[in-house]
This record gives sequence, structure tokens and C-alpha cells, in this order.
Amino acid sequence: MRHRSSQSLGISRRNLLKASAGAAGLAALGARPGFAQSSFDWKRFKGEHLEVTLTLGPRADLWQKYEKEFEELTGISVGSEKVPEQQHRQKVAIEFTSGNPSFDVATVSYHVQKQLYGRGKWLLDLRDLIKDPKITNPEFDFPDFAKGAVDYATQKDGRLDTIPINLDYWILYYNKELFAQKGVAYPKSFEEMIDAARKLNDPKNATAGFLSRGLKNANVPVWTSFLLGYGVDPIDADLTMHTDGPEAIASAKVYQTLNKECGPPGVAGFNWNECQTSFVLGKGAMWLDGIGFSLPLEDPAKSKIVGKVGYGVMPPGPKAQRSALFGDGVGIAAASKKKEAAWLYVQWATSKLMNQRHLEGQYGAPPRASAYASVKASGKLTGPKGEWLDAMSQSVAIARAGLPDIVAVTEFRDTFGVGLTNMISGADPAAELKKATEAFKPVLEKTEKS
Amino acid sequence: MAVGAALARDRAGARSVRPLWRRLAGESSEVRRPYVLFALPAMVVVAAVIVFPWLFTLFMSVHEWKVGQARTFVGLENYARLLTDERFLSAALRTIYYTALAVVTPLVLGTVSALVFHKKFPLRGFLRGVFILPMMATPVAVALVWTMMFHPQLGVLNYLLSLVGIPAQLWVYDPGTVIPSLVLVETWQWTPLVMLIVLGGLAALPTEPYEAAQLDGASAWQTFRHITFPMVLPFLMVAVIIRTIDAVKAFDIIFVISQGGPGTASETLNIFLYLQAFAFYNIGYASAVVVVFFALIITLALVLLYVRQRSKWSP
Repeated sequence: MRHRSSQSLGISRRNLLKASAGAAGLAALGARPGFAQSSFDWKRFKGEHLEVTLTLGPRADLWQKYEKEFEELTGISVGSEKVPEQQHRQKVAIEFTSGNPSFDVATVSYHVQKQLYGRGKWLLDLRDLIKDPKITNPEFDFPDFAKGAVDYATQKDGRLDTIPINLDYWILYYNKELFAQKGVAYPKSFEEMIDAARKLNDPKNATAGFLSRGLKNANVPVWTSFLLGYGVDPIDADLTMHTDGPEAIASAKVYQTLNKECGPPGVAGFNWNECQTSFVLGKGAMWLDGIGFSLPLEDPAKSKIVGKVGYGVMPPGPKAQRSALFGDGVGIAAASKKKEAAWLYVQWATSKLMNQRHLEGQYGAPPRASAYASVKASGKLTGPKGEWLDAMSQSVAIARAGLPDIVAVTEFRDTFGVGLTNMISGADPAAELKKATEAFKPVLEKTEKS
Repeated sequence: MAVGAALARDRAGARSVRPLWRRLAGESSEVRRPYVLFALPAMVVVAAVIVFPWLFTLFMSVHEWKVGQARTFVGLENYARLLTDERFLSAALRTIYYTALAVVTPLVLGTVSALVFHKKFPLRGFLRGVFILPMMATPVAVALVWTMMFHPQLGVLNYLLSLVGIPAQLWVYDPGTVIPSLVLVETWQWTPLVMLIVLGGLAALPTEPYEAAQLDGASAWQTFRHITFPMVLPFLMVAVIIRTIDAVKAFDIIFVISQGGPGTASETLNIFLYLQAFAFYNIGYASAVVVVFFALIITLALVLLYVRQRSKWSP
């Protein structure tokens, strides 16, 4: 199977926490990992300038917030830009194709861009730099990165052209107050999820039993979240498609039932932002999406359900319990003329301290084991934040890639996304999946063969 | 006489060796040369930003090229594929539907508004200013505001409908209503443009035919039908040309509000093209779409210009 489970990749809650016991000890003593504790020369490229292009989102906010720290540490000035996800992907790909990108460092999504960039060899292989003590800070401690995250980042030919920056586990957010009012327990299977959604669905009060993405393309990870629970990946390593078999049809029916019967009106046009808007206003009982939304949900300025949000791990399917996994990394443009200075930036951005800040500030799920241990030991994430962290820890053990590791992943999402949207309008799941599979098969063969 | 004939022969000989473009210009080379120099920078710019991209697009359209992969020559295969691509053909039909609605609705409302604003009434200037405000807004900002207004649970449009007892609508969140809803945004934004064009036309009309009509006892409708409409028709045709080209090219509002969805329900040719080029990175295929799309727009513009010529009037 192409998409090994995160356990087989080496991620597990126990290993993650064991591996970071030392960091926990430090945290318990109130120590924070820093940058100037070794004799490593951070100033060697003083006066240089780097251009960094970031995908708009919490991680970009975090990096820009502390950018001055890097500039003071190294004497390197940084020009960083944040570009919305879709436009960022296009911009980076087009600039790489030109052979002369305007940036030295770029963020990359593993579930969409990794294969394309790997094939083009647009990013620098970082393995030699990591091993080189002259240019790599001894405190960088590469083994601290979860093995699963590193494997997720590694290209088919063994090249490591990015350092992981975030892992996005899909969890089930739920409104505890609505669950308590109707006496509904947190679901322990897909069937219970459907039952709960039906009981909690209350169109008279404009409250949906279930919220998830219905918009074409964006909706595919919702379906694959269910498909993984039926024990199969959408596409295997040998390019066998499991997209119109019995598991695919059954999981599509779960998607259809939840959205058509228990979703909000107009869910076929909902992306994550519409779901979030409905959920923070208390207009949704459950919401299946990535783990990175806790900040707005617990922000009194944006949310009416502060303190009422439950963070649940994805319920088990008939064959397996899986949390769909997505991820992002950061790499250095192979065409950059300032590769070593850029490597200093990457080391800083993916350092233990930045990972710790990442988790403490709930900017997402960082890939370093030490971040979890130190944050747990520091006791900074308690109450709802602690529940969020627990859901993340449990998801780590059951995580599995939510999208196939292929070049034409956007076409995959588009083709199957149209079918899923049609299902919300009542189309037959088996017919839609068959049609989408037939449409996508030649694309897959063409892109993967070439 | 012989000298005159010789000079005439010389002149004829000189004309015959001149380049065709010089002969067509019909000016002496002494007068012409400085103008050529002045025009040269513009010609270079046009060649660089219009001619070269077009030639390159044509070149790409006969290749298969996906970003990050090798380019291969495929001849007219991309064009042949378009003819059998159901999604492309559906997008083309949807573009026609969208364009028809997005031209006719602002045209009717803009003409009515122009007739209203042509009359004198208190605060007319101020209200005209208010009326053209939507036209000045950035389409993306407009689209974001309308996205919130269209929200089926939380949007203000459904709230307003509920005040008059009309049930909530799904607007852009339903395949059946997405295109009319998007046209509603276009209409809100571009009716003022039509109004301004027609208003300009009305202001330029001569008064004598109206005086004659009044003497003959023509009704308001007869005056409009037989005097105002024929005379304002050339201006309406200008509005039709501008609106048609704008509507065929519409991208920003559709992309921001519905991204071509739900499913492919609002996927026009522009959205289809965008997906092929910038989401799937099928540059060769997308180039073929561009060429076909350009040919369609040129044909449409020529037809409309021809109709406009026919509708011209002389004062």
C-alpha cells in the first residue's frame, strides 16, 4: 500500500512522548530552547537578504510574528509575503517553471504540491545540509522530528526537499451544549455519527446536525476520511484505484446521508469557512475538518460557543479508525543563490522553540516531538485547549494520508469533488463514482507514467 | 515633352520599387520617415505584449505540456479534444446563458433608469451619483460582500425575504439558482454603466422631433417607440457591445462567489480555462481553449459592430 499508516511510519502517541522526555524535563524546569546556547555562528551571512513566500494561514502568522528575532539573530534581512493557499500554489509553480523564482524559501503542501515539485526537482535536497555540522546548528536535532512526518516529506526517490512544519489531522468538532440538550453521546461509529446527526438536526432553528465541506474539490477529504474507515486508500502505490468499489460507494453514502439529510441548506457550496461560520454561531452540532480551527472557536470575539466545543477523535469506521492526515513543509529553491543563508532561516523556522510556540499558540500540530512534551509539562494547554491537545494526540496514532500521493491530485479532487457535490443534490453515489473513476483513470495513467 | 515623359517614367519606376506599405500610405518617404520613428516604440511594445504572447499561445496550443513535465508536439489534438470534452461544451453553453442574462438585465434596467434620470426632479444630481456608486467598487470586494449576503442561513437576503413572507432561497448554493444569482451581482454593479451610456445618448438627441410629435398629439409610448428608441439605439448598441464583451469575460465575481460550483453549475469558459491552466497546469490544452475563446469573442464583437453600424443615424 502506498499510504502507510502513521503507525507504520513511526508516529505514535507513546513514541512521540517517549522520544521527547528530555524536552519535557527542560520544560518542567521552565527552560525554553533558544538559539544562542551553542557556539554555532548564526551571523555568518550577516547583511544578506532573503525572500520568503508563505501560504496564508496560522503558520505564516507565527513566522512573521517572530521574524525580527531571526533578523536579529543572524543579521539577515527577510522579505516575507503571505499569499492565499490556491494563489500561492499557482505562483510558486509558475515561478519555479520560469527557472528564476523570486524567492529563496517557500512553503509547500504535501497533499497537493509535493509530487509536482519533486518531479521538477525545484527544491534543494536538504539531506547534505542536515548532516553538515558546519552549517547546521547542533541544537537543530533532526531526529526530534516525528518519523512519520519526515517520511511524509520524503520524495519517492529518497530526496528530502522540505522540512515538515505542520501536520493537519482531521477531527470531529462538536457542540457539547447541543449534544447535552438532546441527550446524545459522542458517536463511536459511522452509524452512530449518522444517528447523532439526525437527532441533532433542527432545521426549524436553522441548526444543522452535521457540517462539512460540500464545495467541489474541498469536499474530497471529507469523503476520503470515511473511505479510510472502510480500510482502503483512494489510490494504491501501484496506481490501483479504489474509488468505485463497495468501500468507496459505502463511504460516499455516509457522506451523502450526513450532508443531504443533516447538512445546512446550500451545503453543496460550503467550504471550511462557511462551516466555521455556522459552527461558531451555534448553528451546527458536529463539524468534520482539520485540527487547526480551535483558535477562532475559542475566541470570544468570533465565537458564540466558547467553552462549549468538544474536540473528538474521528469515530471508527467498519474496518478501521483513521484520521485523514495532511501536511505542509518548507523548502529552499534549488535556483536560489543564497541557499546556505536560506537554510539558516529554515532551521530557525522549524526549530524547537518555534515548534513549541506553534503548539502553545494553537497554530496547528507541529511535527517535533519535543514540542508536545514541553507543552504538556508546562501545563499551558488545559481545559478546552487540553481537550484539543488530547484529540490531536489520539489522532496521531490513527493518522493516514487523506489524499493520494500523485501528481494530478488537484484533478483527482476536482473530478471526484463534482461527483460528491452531485450526490448532495441526490445523485446516485455508485453512478457518480463510476463516472468520476472513468474520467480520472486516463489522467492518472498519463501523469504518473510521464 | 521628352523631359516630362522621362520624369514621369522615373516617378513610375520609383513608385514600383517602393514597399507596399509605403505605397499604401500614399505619402512621400521624406515626410513619412520621422513618423515611422515615432511609431516604432509603440510597435515594439505591441509586438512584445500582444503579438508575441499570441504567437506563443498558438505555439503552446499545438503542444501537450503540463507544468513540471516535458513538452511534446501534438498538432491539432488539443482542438479535437475540445470538441469531445463534455465539460468544455457545457461550459460554453453556460457562458452563453450567463452572457445573455448579464447583458439583457442591465440593459433593460439601465435604459429605464436613464429615462428616469433624464427627467428633471429634485436631488437628481445627487441620486445619479449614488446610482453609479456600485460601478466604482472593486469586483472582488463586491463579490465577497455578496457572498456573505447570499449565505442561506445567515445572509441578509434571506432575512429580507422573510420580512415579506417569502421562504429562504439557496441563491449561489444551489445548482439551479447559481447563475441567476451571479447575474444579480453583475446587474447590481453594471446597470449604472448602461444608464450612463444611454443617458449620454438621450442628452444628445435633437428636440425638434419631440416638438413635432407633441404637435401631432403623439402619446408618451408612441414618442418613445417611434422617436426616442430609434434615435437612442446606436447608444444602446454601444452598451450591448461593452456589456457582452464584459459578460463573456466575467471571472472575478464567479470565481470569488462560487468558484464555478456547486459542482460545475456555474463553470463558464473562463473558469474552465483557469482550472486547466492554473489548477491542473495543462498549459497546452488551456492554450487551445484560449485560442477558441478569443475567436468566439472576436466573432461576437464583429457581429455587434456590424449591427451597430446598421443602427447608426445621422442628425
